[in-house]
Amino acid sequence: MKPTDIKNPEYFHKVVDCQYACPAHTPVPEYIRLIAAERYSDAYMINWQSNVFPGILGRTCDRPCEPACRRVRVEEEPVAICRLKRVAADNKDDIRDRFPDIPRRKNGKRIALIGAGPASLTVARDLAPLGYIIDIFDNQFAGGGMMRSQIPSFRLPIEVLDEEVNYILDMGVNATFDIEVTSLKEILDQDYEAVFVGTGAPRGKGLNLPGLEDASAHVYLGIDWLSSVAFEHTDSIGKRVLVLGGGNTAMDCCRTSKRLGGDDVRVVVRSPFEDMKASPWEKEDAMHEGIPIYNNHVPKEFVVEEGELKGMTFEKVEAEYDENGKRSLVPTGEDLVFMEADDVLMAIGQENAFPWIERDLGIEFDKWDMPVVDEVTFQSTNPRVFFGGDSAFGPENIITAVAHGHQAAISIDLLCSGRGVHERPAPGVTLASQKMGVHEWSYDNAVEADQRYVVPLAPLEETLKDRKIEVELGFDPSTGYKEAERCLNCDVQTVFDEVRCIECDACVDICPTDCISFTHNGEEEDLRTRLTGPSNDLAQDLYVSMDLPTTRVMVKDENVCLHCGLCAERCPTSAWDMQKFLYNVTKAGQESAA
Amino acid sequence: MSYQIPKFRHPELPVNELGYTKADYEGSISTLCAGCGHDSISGAIVKACHELSIEPHKIAKMSGIGCSSKAPTYFLGKSHGFNSVHGRMPSVVTGASMANRNMLYLGVSGDGDTASIGMGQFAHVARRNLNMVYIVMNNGCYGLTKGQDSATTDEGSASKKGDPNVYSAIDLCGTALQMGATFVARSFSGDKGQLVPLIKAAITHRGFALIDVVSPCVTFNNNPGSTKSYEFVREHAEATGTVDFVPMRKEITTDYKPGYTHEVTMHDGSSLHLYKLDENLDPFSRRSAINTLEDHRDARSILTGLIYMDKDSQDLHDVLQTSQRPLNALEEGELCPGNNMLENINASLR
Ligand SMILES: Cc1cc2nc3c(=O)[nH]c(=O)nc-3n(C[C@H](O)[C@H](O)[C@H](O)COP(=O)(O)OP(=O)(O)OC[C@H]3O[C@@H](n4cnc5c(N)ncnc54)[C@H](O)[C@@H]3O)c2cc1C
Ligand SMILES: Cc1ncc(C[n+]2csc(CCOP(=O)(O)OP(=O)(O)O)c2C)c(N)n1
Ligand code: SF4
Ligand code: SF4
Ligand code: SF4
Ligand SMILES: [Mg+2]
Repeated sequence: MKPTDIKNPEYFHKVVDCQYACPAHTPVPEYIRLIAAERYSDAYMINWQSNVFPGILGRTCDRPCEPACRRVRVEEEPVAICRLKRVAADNKDDIRDRFPDIPRRKNGKRIALIGAGPASLTVARDLAPLGYIIDIFDNQFAGGGMMRSQIPSFRLPIEVLDEEVNYILDMGVNATFDIEVTSLKEILDQDYEAVFVGTGAPRGKGLNLPGLEDASAHVYLGIDWLSSVAFEHTDSIGKRVLVLGGGNTAMDCCRTSKRLGGDDVRVVVRSPFEDMKASPWEKEDAMHEGIPIYNNHVPKEFVVEEGELKGMTFEKVEAEYDENGKRSLVPTGEDLVFMEADDVLMAIGQENAFPWIERDLGIEFDKWDMPVVDEVTFQSTNPRVFFGGDSAFGPENIITAVAHGHQAAISIDLLCSGRGVHERPAPGVTLASQKMGVHEWSYDNAVEADQRYVVPLAPLEETLKDRKIEVELGFDPSTGYKEAERCLNCDVQTVFDEVRCIECDACVDICPTDCISFTHNGEEEDLRTRLTGPSNDLAQDLYVSMDLPTTRVMVKDENVCLHCGLCAERCPTSAWDMQKFLYNVTKAGQESAA
Repeated sequence: MSYQIPKFRHPELPVNELGYTKADYEGSISTLCAGCGHDSISGAIVKACHELSIEPHKIAKMSGIGCSSKAPTYFLGKSHGFNSVHGRMPSVVTGASMANRNMLYLGVSGDGDTASIGMGQFAHVARRNLNMVYIVMNNGCYGLTKGQDSATTDEGSASKKGDPNVYSAIDLCGTALQMGATFVARSFSGDKGQLVPLIKAAITHRGFALIDVVSPCVTFNNNPGSTKSYEFVREHAEATGTVDFVPMRKEITTDYKPGYTHEVTMHDGSSLHLYKLDENLDPFSRRSAINTLEDHRDARSILTGLIYMDKDSQDLHDVLQTSQRPLNALEEGELCPGNNMLENINASLR
């Protein structure tokens, strides 16, 4: 193998598993250390720079970082990265004086943002400090998009949402609410320099089953029903509720139903339990509230008697997988199952809809009627029109919308300053030794064996009474500290200097997880069979040195390195050093350090 | 400074026949200097014992005084241990072995502990062919007392702060051969590929098995001018050949080049495969071994690998026909057979 080029920022970036997996590449271990040091405001600001909504995301993030966390590869549970973010948000001081100054004199360039969800708000947050004139239009009465209309208050209190949305609206942006944009042409005609479409995926999918017409008074689309609850148009539901679907929307529907009078609330899903789209923790939360999940039940018919919805029938199926792992749901042949219902919520998916975008504006749409959007620049085929968040590639989540917003803001800034949108700024990276003395490090290198701490919950009897009572209480600072100490500091990199190495093997012997080997070079596949420890996770890189005096090379498998620094402590010549690698995605208008 | 090794290990660590991973054979975190060769030897011992599936409680680690003699704390944390007096480890092992022959005695000593204060004990334990592994972690100095020259420091070799040594060096392998040791090998701490199979062979050998392991002292004796530095040893080591240890239960599938290879069946049925590199050495002939050692000494090269082995070794217990069962397992009646028995013995000697 070729010697590893550690100067390429992507090499060490990938070693920081959580940050790499985060769509916005939040420097997770950096903020976790600040939480351990009780520097909550500093931890909050690192998040705010990167993901814009730390308090919101600390409660609701889809957390792609957690399944990626290194801890999962050495024990069972990841660091509670998401809930630690909330610790920073809950315990910070007033941080408003740390926000960027908004220039009084604008740069004269006008940008329209359609929709005020997380994607548009991120664009606003990045461009307002650069002097752009920002006009936001949204058809809801306040900002936040689906964070306001869909995510129930028992998961995300309104105050937390308002606080972080207002941080942005207070940056001198012009927001117009309660306005439906019905023509993109009209907007473009107003001579905006650029238009960002952040209108989400607002249309719920339904199931057209026999009996629907007669039952329709008691059958709702999940997302429409949730927003009507959020906007206080709906405050009750029947005693027996069936929720169809296995995603997070279904989980929010059933839990909300429980709080609005639903007594016998059931989730019914076609797929096996394990294949459900909902995150494991969302399923757990629903079941904890006494909501059963019926899997392998395919809805067949609404049963209506004398004009009244009585319930639904379902066909029982079994999942079968072919040799390619493709699933088919095969009926078991058992009798149809009947379940009683007063109301039915259909939460089987969302889709995009752009009836308000004229098709002669130079914006190309594909065969699924989705705009053709560049995955790096978020530009459409009309150079002045950008898409981001759920409107770009279909429904995702908040953190993805934020990541899109940052990139779209960069493109808009490049466009407006007459540069090409493909001249992307390099990430800002620093690599700094953590050595303080012979065996002293400026990070806490001891590895804690503690199991993941559980977030305490408010008592069920209370939370089920009122949909606005937050269920999770969050970690208190001392539990937050203990959870923070579980982080392995994957950003503190093991950096090898072949010139110093005397090949004494001390690092090989001490490494608790057998990461390091000295052996003759070869092709990766062969090399992996000759290493000190098993080396079977091909997704994890091998760090290969240049040739050493014995003609061997040092090979480090990054897979289960604990970043404990013992290799560097036991190295007599400091050929290993522990160096903190800070990787920051460059935002619009920031000159990159690299 | 770390005082503990993290608890986590590689989740896919292989288990041996007893279901143990390598981690079950580790000890506490080392307090020796970073880069000390002794730590690598500890690592090799861990690996050998794990791979041989030895029950940790069947091992007794025995040592004298020195950095090397401290090393048993850093491996086999679940085994027995006895840190004895300077140079006196052999007599303590002799006593222990006489009382219980069912343990594996793993002696760990230094060049000071063995070739200076312990020279007499070393000579006699080799001569008696006590069934033990005797590992010398040989750094050519008294590491623990700040690096004074030892009796194995080569003539002309200089430590970090010292002048070139004016005395002739003791070659422990040569001494052991002279004294009647039945297994003699030399290795290098920086070459686990060679050291691990040698340790396995020494453990399986019945009788006194010496492994003299050159083990650089990074703090006092790893400087230019020293003949026990990493660099010097790497440049001057010459292997007698390679040793492959094949456990009893494994089927032998490889074909070996005739003439160059010996296969030795050990007491427990496992076998040793020797691939000879040095055509002049017959590792089953003491005379050949001594000659080859002398040749290499003249050439100022360090001969490593298996140097001598007596395939028909009779250990001290065989010679003395001692009790098969450990003394602590004998009943009072067996230990004190009574007056009549004594009378009989006395009568037989009259
Ligand atoms: C029930 C449910 C629960 C969810 N829970 C989570 C969660 O816990 N965590 C998570 O990360 N994600 C969650 N999501 C997904 C998340 O809410 C979205 O991915 C995210 O809000 C998308 O952001 P966005 O900025 O692209 O668009 P949106 O948040 O959808 O915002 C778009 C805004 O534009 C407005 N708009 C649309 N068309 C027009 C128009 N023509 N004129 C004017 N205004 C318009 C919309 O009303 C809305 O206010 C959930 C989604 C649902 C449905
Ligand atoms: C009876 C006695 N004499 C002298 C000493 C001092 N002393 C301690 S260790 C040592 C030499 C150790 O050298 P070596 O066995 O080579 O071990 P190393 O530290 O080099 O591994 C000496 C002389 C002692 N502890 N006891
Ligand atoms: S251990 Fe810490 S730094 Fe490493 S992946 Fe998990 S949260 Fe990130
Ligand atoms: S930091 Fe060094 S010693 Fe610790 S696990 Fe990683 S490679 Fe091994
Ligand atoms: S401990 Fe240092 S000098 Fe020794 S092999 Fe490892 S990197 Fe090289
Ligand atoms: Mg010594």
